[in-house]
Amino acid sequence: MITTVLKPVRTIGKTTLNFLAAVGRLSSFAGKGIYHCVVPPIYWRLLFRQLIQIGYYSLPVVGLTALFTGMVLALQSYTGFSRFNAEGAVATVVVLSMTRELAPVLAGLMVAGRIGASIAAEIGTMRVTEQIDALTTLSTNPYKYLIAPRLIAGVITLPMLVLVGDVIGVFGGYIVGVYTLGFGPENYLMNTWEYLEAIDVISGLIKAAVFGFLVTLMGCYNGFNSGRGAQGVGRATTNAVVSSSILILVFNFILTRMFFS
Amino acid sequence: MQQYKLRLHNVHKSFGSNRVLRGASLDIKKGESVVIIGGSGTGKSVLLKCVLGLIMPDRGEITVDGQNITFLPVHKRDNFMHKFGMLFQGGALFDSLPIWENVAFGLLQKHNYSRKDAYDVAIEKLRSVGLGERVAQLFPAELSGGMQKRVSLARAIATNPEIIFFDEPTTGLDPIMADVINDLIVKATKELGATTLTITHDMASARKIADDIAMIYDGKIIWRGSAKKIENSGNEYVDQFIHGRADGPIALAV
Ligand SMILES: Nc1ncnc2c1ncn2[C@@H]1O[C@H](COP(=O)(O)OP(=O)(O)OP(=O)(O)O)[C@@H](O)[C@H]1O
Ligand SMILES: [Mg+2]
Repeated sequence: MITTVLKPVRTIGKTTLNFLAAVGRLSSFAGKGIYHCVVPPIYWRLLFRQLIQIGYYSLPVVGLTALFTGMVLALQSYTGFSRFNAEGAVATVVVLSMTRELAPVLAGLMVAGRIGASIAAEIGTMRVTEQIDALTTLSTNPYKYLIAPRLIAGVITLPMLVLVGDVIGVFGGYIVGVYTLGFGPENYLMNTWEYLEAIDVISGLIKAAVFGFLVTLMGCYNGFNSGRGAQGVGRATTNAVVSSSILILVFNFILTRMFFS
Repeated sequence: MQQYKLRLHNVHKSFGSNRVLRGASLDIKKGESVVIIGGSGTGKSVLLKCVLGLIMPDRGEITVDGQNITFLPVHKRDNFMHKFGMLFQGGALFDSLPIWENVAFGLLQKHNYSRKDAYDVAIEKLRSVGLGERVAQLFPAELSGGMQKRVSLARAIATNPEIIFFDEPTTGLDPIMADVINDLIVKATKELGATTLTITHDMASARKIADDIAMIYDGKIIWRGSAKKIENSGNEYVDQFIHGRADGPIALAV
């Protein structure tokens, strides 16, 4: 009788404990990673390679995403606003949605799929084939050599990607606005500038830095703790993408609350 | 008083319910070459990893040059790690780096070599394992298994460590190349004065490189003696193992 009543309680307790333990492990991993980002030596060569890998090679994906998002935004908001004769707000809606929300979130999600997965697979394979152990025996700290360059590169490059995404997104809106919806070019650009404030762009860039950290952190963490064998690496890759995507959405809400409440 | 380079005393390690090491003890003198033999899955590789701190033993004591390092976490081992060289059973080459950088890795990281000097040392070490300069710019995935093993060996000895672990150095090599590697290990011990611990299933290799041979069974070192005496060990486990007989006291783990 008592036991049947207590069973769900026990399950809830167990799940909570497991969850807290996982949070604890992740935090300690993140702490170590950050520590090695700021304490020299820093491997510049590796950092540079990651900047190229994470930043430069993500440009096409992020650019395309931003372009089409900007275009769709213009179309959708136009049909919406024309119902109450507020077509003039289209440019403003495009630029505010892009800078504050869509550029950082979509860039974050795209990079989570592209980079989070590849980081987890690469580090996971290194774990499984004992390359991480080999690093240690060659007097090289794996956190410094593998984790720190990726975390730094993530935090630096995502804001840059988002800035590029902002511009391309606005450009997408402009194309649709001018060539499909019949706005005058000067008019559209003026509406874009008029209500834009520094905080709109800056908040988006700060979000991007946080997302960049989350994506690289989850990739590194899952790869580093990968299970044995090809199956372990596969699971690490999936977990990295899923967990970083969810964290991006959660932190997006938290950060938006912080900036605009 | 004997000068022990490396001592393992009563080392235990389990993975869940799998009790791998159950009180392994082994003392190795400076400049000595010891070979460990034993069945597959008996914990030979785990034993080496316990010494290196890659796996934390549950219990026991491991000392290097008289200092207890048993439970020293990896990040506090900076003063010890440079003493060690390790050839991993699977090679564990860094597949994002070209061969020469793999070999020179230790030199580039800690020994403040310029890239040019490190390259020269790497080429020299590659020669000593029978590989020419033309592999230097290739990547590990472009080499055959045996070649990878030899690169891995070159990496393990590149920094002239005091203690070198070889985990199955000749597995997967043709007999001639195996003998080249045997000579190399003998040379490392005799000329550079390194202390070496080698795991092998290859009895010809064991006879050639070992001062002493130790047999691991059931998580313990059950026999240890001079390589010359291995034929007359008087131990039926050792007899069965070195003659490769299916019947005997060693039960096949199924
Ligand atoms: N990281 C690990 N996690 C869980 N179990 C492990 C781990 N490493 C080794 N084991 C287990 O420990 C046992 C001994 O493994 P070990 O690799 O030391 O064998 P070995 O003596 O080197 O065998 P072989 O000659 O085949 O290389 C095996 O049963 C293996 O499954
Ligand atoms: Mg082994």
